[in-house]
Amino acid sequence: MNRRSGNWGEKLIDFSRRNIRIWSLLGPGGALSTAAMELGEVKPEVQMMTADLNYYSGLKRFSKAYPGRLINVGIAEQNLIGVAAGLAKEGYMPFANTYASFCASRCVDQIRVNMAYMKLPIKLIGLSAGLDAGVLGATHMAVEDLAVMRSLPNITVLSPADCTEIIKAILASSETLDPTYIRLTGPMNMPIVYNEDYDFQIGKAVEIRQGRDICIIATGSMVYHAVRAAELLEIKGISCAVINMHTVKPLDTEAVDAMQDKKMIVTVEEASIIGGLGSAVAEYLALQKNRPYQIMLGIRDSFPTAGSYDYLLKQCRLTGEQIAEDIISALSRE
Amino acid sequence: MKSREELEAMARRIRLSIAQMTWQSGLKGAHLGGSMSVTDILAVLYGEILHYDVQNPLSPERDRLILSKAHAAVALYAALHEAGFLSKDDIDHALQGDSPYFEHPKMDPTHGIEFSGGSLGQGLSLGMGTALGLKMKGNTAAKVYVILGDGECDEGQIWEAAAAVPHFGLTNVTVIVDDNGLQFDGRKEDILKAGDPAARWASLGYDVCTVNGHDVEAVRAVLLRETEKPRVIIAKTVKGKGVSFAENDVTWHTGRLTDELYQEAIRDINHD
Repeated sequence: MNRRSGNWGEKLIDFSRRNIRIWSLLGPGGALSTAAMELGEVKPEVQMMTADLNYYSGLKRFSKAYPGRLINVGIAEQNLIGVAAGLAKEGYMPFANTYASFCASRCVDQIRVNMAYMKLPIKLIGLSAGLDAGVLGATHMAVEDLAVMRSLPNITVLSPADCTEIIKAILASSETLDPTYIRLTGPMNMPIVYNEDYDFQIGKAVEIRQGRDICIIATGSMVYHAVRAAELLEIKGISCAVINMHTVKPLDTEAVDAMQDKKMIVTVEEASIIGGLGSAVAEYLALQKNRPYQIMLGIRDSFPTAGSYDYLLKQCRLTGEQIAEDIISALSRE
Repeated sequence: MKSREELEAMARRIRLSIAQMTWQSGLKGAHLGGSMSVTDILAVLYGEILHYDVQNPLSPERDRLILSKAHAAVALYAALHEAGFLSKDDIDHALQGDSPYFEHPKMDPTHGIEFSGGSLGQGLSLGMGTALGLKMKGNTAAKVYVILGDGECDEGQIWEAAAAVPHFGLTNVTVIVDDNGLQFDGRKEDILKAGDPAARWASLGYDVCTVNGHDVEAVRAVLLRETEKPRVIIAKTVKGKGVSFAENDVTWHTGRLTDELYQEAIRDINHD
């Protein structure tokens, strides 16, 4: 169930270096807002929806520009998905937004029935996935959303690497009728992975960096940190490729195949090491007769204590420096 | 307008189909009790109230019916057969083998099934989304009907949607509560007291009325009332209605019909 009509949707947005820097400053909320404004203009069937997080998700501008096209159901995530389903059935394309920590837990039954089972064209955006809202504590840290969404049939799972990719992912998802979950990681002032325009295609991973010895397959916010780690490893004489796996489901298995000649594959995600990107790659590699050694970096099956994003990244060993250290330890263990 | 006798005859035929499908499911059984309690409501809806066209099942002007208490699927299938959406063959094979007509309805709008169901508490949200979509498109013809169970109203999601429907001014929504007073584990008031449901709905901004859910003319009359608000019709019903051994019986939420019980059910239904 896949309808594409080209990238005409991107014609309004200028992916200039200047805009890329502005979006990075604004962070994921600003990127969502930018994408929403374009969708509002070019796709009359798009409705934005929120569960009392209009202000937080940066959609106030959209609601003023397109009156009646932002639906706020109040603090009611289960109803959010059900109303999206009814709208989708009547020919609309609803983009429902709430904290990732509530998407992947509170309204999973509704996601399961309406998106996975009935395959209605609902796009679900998980705000502040991972550790971004960590000052609010574990209730607002979505570590499980990749695992949960992956295990539901028929749902495309996107995890964009920076604000530019967030915009592209949202626009690309509007070109299909596939039920889709888009997980937004990263803070305001989100580091830039792509500082110029590039071709984004759902399901096609991007080789951000070439290397001979090992490969890091990263997703979302961790792509930037993986590149940092690769640069540090290069200095130590370890040649490290980096793949941006922005589509966690369906996994780009060809991209994984291309890395099977490496000594080691490292997966990195701002999510639990159980069930997310690492598991997706491991599930695929487990079926291969000659597979490279894999280590999985991510949040280690626990909730960190509340803290700032930078503090939490360090606690979870997800900075570029720490990723490089953990890779070196793993290599020396061999 | 159909006569009382015509509507009651239709309800009788629906009950016979429910009994047949339950019996032919064999050891699996079916949700007999809650299907029998909603039968007269469905007879009135499909016999008199709903606008639909079997030749043009996806007509934008069609009324949308959502069976939120989806375990009453066999009642829906029987009603859809009466309406002409399902064939006798479909009923004769239902609940067996790989029939697409199993214990919960699967979305199939060309056969009158708007949404898949089975996870309770979700139908009013679907109805709200549908009604909102219709309103935004300027479609004032089509109406949305959502059938809930009284036990189903334990679910929190029902109340998320219940508050939102009037808030969004969705006057094209009618909620019908099949209030049979029982749920799987026992009587409603023993499992979870619901306070005063009529007052609860009214406080949210609905036009609420209560009706005998087995009096086809009374049910029709309340469904024909015009109001300025979204409506809730609390239909007082008897779980298992029409089958003497199942009426008001907690153990008949789901059940199997032996050959003997099936014959007894047929006799009871025909005698009504």
